[in-house]
Amino acid sequence: MALTAEDVASLARLARIELSQAELEVLAPQLDVILESVARVSEVAAQDIPPSSHALPLTNVFREDELRPSLPREQVLAAAPAAEQMRFRVPRILEEEA
Amino acid sequence: MSLQEAPAAEIIRQTAVDLGVKIKSGELSSVEVTRAHLDRIAEVDGELHAFLYVDGERALASAARIDAKIAAGETVGPLAGVPLALKDILTYTGAPTTCGSKILEGWLPPYNATVTRRLLDHDIVILGKTNLDEFAMGSSTENSAYGPTRNPWDFDRIPGGSGGGSAAAVAAFEAPLAIGTDTGGSIRQPAAVTGTVGVKPTYGGSSRFGLVALASSLDQPGPCARTVLDAALLHQVIAGHDPCDSTSIDQPVPDVVGAARSADITGMKVGVVREFAGEGYAPGVEQRFREAVDLLASLGAEIIEVSCPHFVYALPAYYLILPAECSSNLAKFDAMRFGLRVGDDGIASAEQVMAATREAGFGAEVKRRIIIGTYALSSGYYEAYYGQAQKVRTLISRDFDDAFSQVDVLVSPSTPITAFKIGEKVDDPLAMYMNDLCTIPSNLAGNASASFPVGLAPEDGLPVGLQVMAPPLADDRLYRVGAVLEATLESAWGGPLLDRLPEPGAAR
Repeated sequence: MALTAEDVASLARLARIELSQAELEVLAPQLDVILESVARVSEVAAQDIPPSSHALPLTNVFREDELRPSLPREQVLAAAPAAEQMRFRVPRILEEEA
Repeated sequence: MSLQEAPAAEIIRQTAVDLGVKIKSGELSSVEVTRAHLDRIAEVDGELHAFLYVDGERALASAARIDAKIAAGETVGPLAGVPLALKDILTYTGAPTTCGSKILEGWLPPYNATVTRRLLDHDIVILGKTNLDEFAMGSSTENSAYGPTRNPWDFDRIPGGSGGGSAAAVAAFEAPLAIGTDTGGSIRQPAAVTGTVGVKPTYGGSSRFGLVALASSLDQPGPCARTVLDAALLHQVIAGHDPCDSTSIDQPVPDVVGAARSADITGMKVGVVREFAGEGYAPGVEQRFREAVDLLASLGAEIIEVSCPHFVYALPAYYLILPAECSSNLAKFDAMRFGLRVGDDGIASAEQVMAATREAGFGAEVKRRIIIGTYALSSGYYEAYYGQAQKVRTLISRDFDDAFSQVDVLVSPSTPITAFKIGEKVDDPLAMYMNDLCTIPSNLAGNASASFPVGLAPEDGLPVGLQVMAPPLADDRLYRVGAVLEATLESAWGGPLLDRLPEPGAAR
């Protein structure tokens, strides 16, 4: 399999983590060993076995369709990294040229 | 310890049940009991580091309020006024919830977890928040961004993880009770290596609302204590249906307290998992485990060896399912609505700020698991990894179904080895993962399981735990086995295992 530092960098981009070159060099062989080990799952799981996503059978649950107060706006914004005009202030979301 | 401190020293060594009785009768006040534990924390936690946040003033104020309630003749529960340590992954308003991560440093949650609310409703005094591996990813607390917790049995060793802080707090008499959360063994493995009791309820047995999610299909809050009955009483308090958690089971809580008090296993069929022995298991772990099984036989249980052939695949399946779930659960740490934000210079885009924040805010193990999860879920690899792991999950559930058609409970060592040295495995993730070898199957199948202390390994004098696993909603069986073991072993030992605990830090 041999996961390269470049592979890890592209996975990290997908996961929105800006890894340093030094981290990539350390992580690539570590992740390679882990992936090689977990690949053992393919030894046993034949085609006719149904997958389980949960331990116990689940049925959808609904709550009563009634109004409930949400968390107070001040309280929620108090934990935000930045707020302005009673809203979350976020960095630009469009490219410069857009 | 000096003589004038003796009363406090007596208070902190009592069980939660006894403290509850004495607080209710007026023999002790909750303020007195709370202060004794806060003093203990002040005395030993500088080095032990079980707590990330001590909420002393609020704890004393709650204690005073509960004392007044009792004095006014109000009806209170059996644990009213008893202090508890809360794992710092469950929200509690007014105290920071960090999850052991820099990305949530100082975050004040705007709501209480259901578990927290139930503790408060039952007049339990919350002393503070305990240390854990970052977002509960680990088996040693070494992955905490705030530094490791030490094992009260030997300060150079790990207290297990992720709930090492909760287990160490209970073992070191900083609190008689604690809350843990168990995704792959994070309650049971720390209990095993600290000589304490830890129980993972049936998945859905206790609410995940307000528990910062690691892997939603596996996470489960549960009790940590020094005795089986104390754990049962705490289990009773936190368990039960919660409409805020859509996977919460809408059925009565099994009679765990009655089971802990009955301590009778006559005629119980106990299955020994054949696959959890041999290579990789410490001799002292195997010895104490065998002795405990023999003890169960002598007390009226029928011992049957059971094979669960797919359990050996539980570990690889878990390390695909968990990263897959955690990579999506942790996507919410995006630097926009809460937590850390770095690099917001007015020029960088939201995406750049997000990537820089996650780089700065997450530790190495969290990054490893997020990237493994991203890989396992990516197109081209999904079927070979995540898809296959989900099939293994089915096979493990079938192994349990087969086993529980023959026996009432299964037993195994809780963990293959005793507490290892801090730093010994930090650079070897795969070796670290092996700690959860025996505990993971129960999470994948969602049934109930627990770890109970069964002695010290002769080769290193460190605690060994025995794991009991029971079918979904048969949590009471865990307590029946645990209570029998505890009563019999303690009478043979001449007292609780923790009586042999060296005074924390004494050996250094």
